[in-house]
Amino acid sequence: MADASSSTRGDLRIVNVTKSFGDFTAVDDLTLTIPEGSFFALLGPSGCGKTTTLRMVAGLEEPTQGSIHIGSTDITHTRPYQRPVNTVFQNYALFPHLSIYENIAFGLRRRGIKDVKEAVNKVLNLVELPHLAERKPVQLSGGQQQRIALARAIVNRPALLLLDEPLGALDLKLRRQMQIELKWIQTEVGITFVHVTHDQEEAMTMADTIAVMNEGKVEQMGTPADLYDNPKTAFVANFLGQSNLIEGRIEGNDGDNFVVDVFGQKIKINKNRSHAKDSSVLAGIRPEKIRIQPAGTAMSGNVLTGGVISDASYIGVSTQFQVEMPWKQELMVFEQNDDGVAPLEKGDAVTLSWEPVFTFALDGREDAFAGSEVHADEE
Amino acid sequence: MALLHASGSKVSSLKEKRSLLPYLLLAPGILWLFTFFILPIVNLAQTSTQTPVTNGDTGSYEQTFRFANYIDAFVDNKEQFSRSFIYAFLATALALAIAYPLAYGIAFKSGKYKNLLLVLVVAPFFTSFLLRTIAWKQILGEEGPVISVFRGLHIIGQNTSLTASAFAVVTGLTYNFLPFMTLPLYASLERIDPRTMEAAGDLYANAFTTFRKVTLPLSLPGVVAGTLLTFIPAAGDYVNAAILGNPNTKMLGNVIESRFFKIVDYPTAAALSFTLMTAILILVTVYIRKAGTEELV
Amino acid sequence: MRLTWWFRKNLIRVYMVLGFTYLFIPVAYTFAFSFNNGGKSNLVWKSFTLGNWQNPCGAPDVCVALGNSIRVGVISTVLATILGTLIAFAIGRHQFKGRSTINTLIFLPMATPEVVLGASLLAMFLNLGINPGFWPVVIAHVMFCISFVVVTVKARIASLDPRLEQAAMDLYANEFETFRKVTLPLVAPGIAGAALLAFSLSFDDFIITNFNSGTLTTFPKFVYVASARGIPAQANVIGSAMFFLALFIVIAGQLVSRRKAR
Repeated sequence: MADASSSTRGDLRIVNVTKSFGDFTAVDDLTLTIPEGSFFALLGPSGCGKTTTLRMVAGLEEPTQGSIHIGSTDITHTRPYQRPVNTVFQNYALFPHLSIYENIAFGLRRRGIKDVKEAVNKVLNLVELPHLAERKPVQLSGGQQQRIALARAIVNRPALLLLDEPLGALDLKLRRQMQIELKWIQTEVGITFVHVTHDQEEAMTMADTIAVMNEGKVEQMGTPADLYDNPKTAFVANFLGQSNLIEGRIEGNDGDNFVVDVFGQKIKINKNRSHAKDSSVLAGIRPEKIRIQPAGTAMSGNVLTGGVISDASYIGVSTQFQVEMPWKQELMVFEQNDDGVAPLEKGDAVTLSWEPVFTFALDGREDAFAGSEVHADEE
Repeated sequence: MALLHASGSKVSSLKEKRSLLPYLLLAPGILWLFTFFILPIVNLAQTSTQTPVTNGDTGSYEQTFRFANYIDAFVDNKEQFSRSFIYAFLATALALAIAYPLAYGIAFKSGKYKNLLLVLVVAPFFTSFLLRTIAWKQILGEEGPVISVFRGLHIIGQNTSLTASAFAVVTGLTYNFLPFMTLPLYASLERIDPRTMEAAGDLYANAFTTFRKVTLPLSLPGVVAGTLLTFIPAAGDYVNAAILGNPNTKMLGNVIESRFFKIVDYPTAAALSFTLMTAILILVTVYIRKAGTEELV
Repeated sequence: MRLTWWFRKNLIRVYMVLGFTYLFIPVAYTFAFSFNNGGKSNLVWKSFTLGNWQNPCGAPDVCVALGNSIRVGVISTVLATILGTLIAFAIGRHQFKGRSTINTLIFLPMATPEVVLGASLLAMFLNLGINPGFWPVVIAHVMFCISFVVVTVKARIASLDPRLEQAAMDLYANEFETFRKVTLPLVAPGIAGAALLAFSLSFDDFIITNFNSGTLTTFPKFVYVASARGIPAQANVIGSAMFFLALFIVIAGQLVSRRKAR
């Protein structure tokens, strides 16, 4: 199979790219390197610039400033059809007047490839839909259309495959299945996948590396586990899952840990996980990392006393508690329903505790709610 | 791929070519419209202020910029002028009353027969409109079946006719322009999400209130387009008046036609045409402003 | 009680039946009288005959007029469809200055009464010393059909998902290939619809034709002139045949597009 890109392989490099539409800056001085062969996700709320970034890589928008390279080739100003890049469009954009076979063959024919038939059949087998070759797109289910859109792109063996919210139109169950399948296909074909999504779970399931974008900039980039356990900003902490962010002040050192005062109680935070700029911090802890016990129970690690349960929701695998602390902040606690202890109820006085290694610290001047509202909107 | 190394200058020249393309696409059609629509209208404006050449042949005129032509033409024909607009208004109102429920039914109550019914709305128009108008004349005429039934049932007097009357002219106009009303109405009704109407019902609106507060406002663009598409040709029509009317139901179109062909009075015909066009354009502009729909084309 | 309930529930349906009856009465009448052995005037029902259908050119001049109408219609349709489609692509797919002026110029002929269009064009032809006849009629028909073609094709272009063209470009089709392989095939039904509309407008036009035709007789003009003394049944035959032909084309077109989609 001939590659669309025999001379153009390598990392995708986006260098100081800015894209403005009138007064609005969609992408703001973005610099990003996506290693060859990786499954990379651009994650962020709508309007964060992730789709604009993708369209600039595809050649559908031109950057206002900066440059885009694949390996050593500058592709900033080339036309879409001159790039070794293919896209799986949102809603797939399958050609309604062409059969599935002709849809997949489209790119091969434009490039004058000889063995169209073999290539198409091979990719149809890869997506496990060889029996649909003669159908028209409207006769396919959403999941099937999704796979055909993928097949139509990867049959060209591009250096780079762009996926624009590819699973957005599918229902939850199908989406889960396709996430696993996409990941498998990426491993199989070895093409660099750049995946744009607002769905943090989707990004975390599939990508090796995630860049969280907000207002045209990358907030943080890293592996899913890294971003989740060690967020650097309040936006990342809130947009990827949920976080309790508690105002505090660094008061001293204890070996590898800072000692932080939060409203009169002392907790420890590992220095590796501190992104504080000075002594003012937001101490962060994920809800599922917190243990909850009736007040008075002796507990180890970071302990916060004086909480009162203001709300308890039983949701099967776990129970979600809202705990009002003495300083009037509501903390979220997820407790697995696995230990058979007497259930805690609304109004009960409780003590919270967690292992210090799970704590992270953010700059105390950040907005503790950044990224939490947008997240709720999207779902 | 060599193409990948396209230089910057090549890209910009490609862009310039693309910006020239729309003008090339527009040129032939726009030139046609300019030559055979705009220029004749300008020429018409010139003709409208001409006067007969003294001692010249019939039909020869010279430019004397006599704007009084307009006043003369209007004063001489003010009855036909007002009649044109009254008939057109009545026909538009009737067509709206007939077409709205029809379009509503096709959009919401016809299930899988929607496309078939839509074809049937347009289908009568595949028969020549003159044949259909003449068919009405014969159906309603002295030898037709309707008149004897009406007279037998004493709905109308023994000496009253259905044809050769204002009634027949308005009926003919209504009938002939009905699809121009129905299709835009259907198009805008069809776009309404039926759930908005269900939501109105859910929020304690009865059928009438739902219609008045939800369906009608949402279908307003169709009402505007439909009424315009009916009113404009109806106001300028002369065929219905010629076939279904009598000398007292003549419309402006009839006058323009006879001034042109029978009397060879080009300036008056031109002045009347111009007045008619201007009057319609003013009415249309006011109407569109009021209805608040700018995007019609 | 039950009857009023039924009536209320089916009010719209009852109304639709009445509406369609109203629409089809003259068509049915025209069709019925195409079988009338009624002599030259065809005013009253005499007796049933198939003769008119067997010999539609039996009445002198009917078929001459029909032939003229078809020739005018075909030439006007081809020209208006080409010119209008080009304009629609310019408006629907390109940025250019003077867009609103162009839109107004497209809209104006549709907002101008036919009598004005016909009279003004004739006046200009007479001033230029051009005699009315076949080509002036074609010119006039192209002029008033262009706007309708533009509006129809433009609507189809506007309903096209721009991502389809982007996808084609993404799949190595350059601008020209994208147009030929994706845009044009997808807009084609709109162009076909516009051509059908242009032909029926041209074929059925009387007012503008009457001004610019001189001695040329088209089918509507023949009917109008003949109406004074009574129209031969052969005209009814042609009117009915056109009706069924057009109905057939439209329904066949819908079936084809549905099968294509399947």
